[in-house]
Amino acid sequence: MTTPAGSAPGKKLNRIGLEVSQYRGGKTTLCAGCGHNAISERIIEACFDLGVDAKRVLKLSGIGCSSKSPAYFLSQSHGFNSVHGRMPSVATGALLANRSMLAIGVSGDGDTGAIGIGQFVHLMRRNLPLVYIIEDNGCYGLTKGQFSPTADLGSTLKNGVVNDLPPIDTCALAIELGATLVARSFSGDKKQLSALLKAALSHKGTAMLDVLSPCVTFNDHEGSTKSYSYVKDHEEPLSDVSFVPYFEDIAIEHEEGTTREVVLHDGSRIVLHKLDRDYDPTDRSGAMRVLHETASRGEYATGLLYIDAAKRDFCSLMNLVDQPLSMLPASITRPPASVLDELMERQR
Amino acid sequence: MATTDPALQPRSRSAHRTVNEFSIQVATVNGSGSQTANLILIRSLFQMGIPVSGKNLFPSNIAGLPTWYTIRANKNGYIARKKEIDFLVAMNPETAREDVLTLEAGAGVVYDEPLKLAELRSDLTFYPVPFDKLVAAVCPDAKLRRLVRNMIYDGAVSYLLDIDLSEMEKALNKQLGRKPKALALNVGALKAGFDYAQATFEAKAAFRAERMNANEGKLLIEGNAAAAIGCLMAGVTVVAWYPITPSSSLCESLIELLRKYRMDKQTGQATFAVVQAEDEIAALGMVIGASWAGARAMTSTSGPGISLMGEFTGLGYYAEVPAVIFDIQRVGPSTGLPTRTAQGDILSTAMLSHGDTRHPLLLPASVTECYEMAVAAFDLAERLQTPVFVMSDLDLGMNIWMSDPFPYPTEALDRGKVLDQETLKKLGEWGRYKDVDKDGIPWRTLPGTDMPAYFTRGSGHNEKGQYSERGDDYQNNLDRLTRKFQTAATLVPAPEIDTVADARIGIVAFGSSHWALVESRDQLRDEAGLKTSYLRLKAYPFTPDLGAFIDAHERVYVVEQNRDAQMAALIRMDLDPARLTKIRNVLHYNGLPIDARSVTDAILAQEGLAVAHAAAELNGTPHAAGVGGE
Repeated sequence: MTTPAGSAPGKKLNRIGLEVSQYRGGKTTLCAGCGHNAISERIIEACFDLGVDAKRVLKLSGIGCSSKSPAYFLSQSHGFNSVHGRMPSVATGALLANRSMLAIGVSGDGDTGAIGIGQFVHLMRRNLPLVYIIEDNGCYGLTKGQFSPTADLGSTLKNGVVNDLPPIDTCALAIELGATLVARSFSGDKKQLSALLKAALSHKGTAMLDVLSPCVTFNDHEGSTKSYSYVKDHEEPLSDVSFVPYFEDIAIEHEEGTTREVVLHDGSRIVLHKLDRDYDPTDRSGAMRVLHETASRGEYATGLLYIDAAKRDFCSLMNLVDQPLSMLPASITRPPASVLDELMERQR
Repeated sequence: MATTDPALQPRSRSAHRTVNEFSIQVATVNGSGSQTANLILIRSLFQMGIPVSGKNLFPSNIAGLPTWYTIRANKNGYIARKKEIDFLVAMNPETAREDVLTLEAGAGVVYDEPLKLAELRSDLTFYPVPFDKLVAAVCPDAKLRRLVRNMIYDGAVSYLLDIDLSEMEKALNKQLGRKPKALALNVGALKAGFDYAQATFEAKAAFRAERMNANEGKLLIEGNAAAAIGCLMAGVTVVAWYPITPSSSLCESLIELLRKYRMDKQTGQATFAVVQAEDEIAALGMVIGASWAGARAMTSTSGPGISLMGEFTGLGYYAEVPAVIFDIQRVGPSTGLPTRTAQGDILSTAMLSHGDTRHPLLLPASVTECYEMAVAAFDLAERLQTPVFVMSDLDLGMNIWMSDPFPYPTEALDRGKVLDQETLKKLGEWGRYKDVDKDGIPWRTLPGTDMPAYFTRGSGHNEKGQYSERGDDYQNNLDRLTRKFQTAATLVPAPEIDTVADARIGIVAFGSSHWALVESRDQLRDEAGLKTSYLRLKAYPFTPDLGAFIDAHERVYVVEQNRDAQMAALIRMDLDPARLTKIRNVLHYNGLPIDARSVTDAILAQEGLAVAHAAAELNGTPHAAGVGGE
């Protein structure tokens, strides 16, 4: 928890002079090989690379394997493991109280798609400035592997039970409802996930990342469409994503017409290199079409699905004073006696 | 028309008229615009210096269902609902028959002439008024007639009960002063009603209003509006709510106040945030998130919302996060009587959530206390780092009550134990859930400050806030939370006690029941010679005063507005069993605000004393009984 006195020579320091170890959290209690641990690693790296001040970060989660993970990164940040499916409301309150904080919410596919779907959809509508990560393995790990609402039609449980309901596509839902950065990735795709996380951390608005994260204990078998090998074989990146933070003035060389760039509010850039197609992440209906097409082929379109860097986020819609509400002194929050007198007079 | 001529009625005489002691009931159709007329009626009595109260008995409906407004004027200051109606204004064809049939002999009735109500009874005084004919004459625009028609009964009542017409005009001016056209139309209708009554009815009613001076300096306000002012003065910064009757007007009033008084003058930016949440679960989640991050946050709801808030309340209790929750109590779940009053959430709220949980409850009995306890709730919640509930009810929250002006808070905001550099130095080592001060209240840190971070969880943590499933860690934590609740008992407002020498009977009540108790105690003394002491609970946990009060009396009646004797059950849980045999119950649960007569009759019956005033059951509603008592 404490900053080591002086850094060991030769250790890499980031732009605010910290080692990567200072972004770590407690020891994970998740299964060895769990995709969620890989996501925690990427969060640690992304925060280290961006030089995020951990004291300015809020970590929030609901309940489930996924929701335990905030304890495993950024131990210098305040964290709140709330109740099942209700992280969005806690995040909303916390950010309204102190909108100067960088908030990372971690949820799961059950925590989001089942018990928490109500709060999820309203969070997306509000475009709260929050990085919302779904660690998506299509099953309930802590309760021993039942299907979750993101399990694909026809996917099987370990004991052979077949899922006969269609999945909820959280990305399509997020785009439809107003989230302003929507991406899908894979816990095994280190490069893509890192770039998307950095983009999400730099975005002002709801950044919804659905990260396919295989459950090695209950959902990694033949017949599952959320197994490591299935996802690896059926991942279809829409473009090759890289991220250039505002503090690095790097010109990426590329051939004319082979890349697209999205500039974020802080000047950081998401650079998308064309792959098989020229995917435009600012085209909302195009994004929906691609999601439907790839899903119908049993594939996962990954990468940056949709972005709107200009839309106002919830905190800015609230027209709040610059100083965090939580820090306002009584001289501002308690009106003087003359106000009470005026109110009393009105009631006579 | 002979039968409806008041001159021919048996009780039409002006010789003896009861002064400043009557109730008026106005029966209308929901959505017919009677609100203004009723407000003018109550306001003009108030302006005449007569103690008044108004109870709106309304359906869960936008328009079309019956609604009643009862006004009570009483020179002795009794402002609880009066069971008997002395004067009826029958405007609703659907209920008029029953409204008239349930009146006690001697009552007066103003009614819409075509309803032909005078045929129903010969022991009432009837005043038929041709409303349509009168309104057509004063309101040429047919579309507006519906809105001013009700002002005609105000005019007629003004004449019949001697309510000063100029006070009515003054009240109208206060209400509609900014809309001169509407004002002129309404004044015209008011005068038309007055003139018609004056020209038509030979004798005035058996009841009359007479100017007195009991309301000097007082104001009229609803409990929810008062609580909203309390939240404003408490310096609330985050409000999250979900609309529900009878609570909505609290947050709606608060939003109006915040927009007016809490915008930064230089920048025009808000020093508050209000969210209409997707449901009550999210509303409390937002409050917990905001309070955790250091804001003063509140929500307001009613019973159904309280049920939904159960899980988050438990989290707030165990994670030790402040929250202020107003429960404007109403009758039970779903449809039926959502717009009727009750004190039915006491037990479920005191222990809301799973696991071992207890929550401080504040129990306002007046609009002033709605205000004061709103202010106190924020201080308590932050001092105790726990959810605090303000248990108002529909009667208190949505009805108009007289009050002295509210006092400006004398104490500075109490933000509780929030760790800063200096305290950290003093403590040496910090653990989020460590009881360093031996009051059960630990020190917390806020995100975004330079203070050490911690990971917030529910039940499974040790003193340092680390994850733990150890039995001793859990038990130690629970025992500390018990100590914290004991500390809460030293911080919540103490009960108000009126000990009467030689009284063998004690009465315990709380909340809006108070006003019926004030009157009932006088009835018990004057009608049956029964002296009573009185303890009005203002909060849970109970202070030692309650036990001492029970010890000092032979029998103690706990009066409450629910079926299951919920407050008595809490008392039974928390107090020495030796005391429990003394407890009796008086329970009122028909959805109407509790009245003195019902309480008096119930106590006299249990005392084995003759019921002096065998009040007929009105409106077919059961009166209070000793259900659940020994």
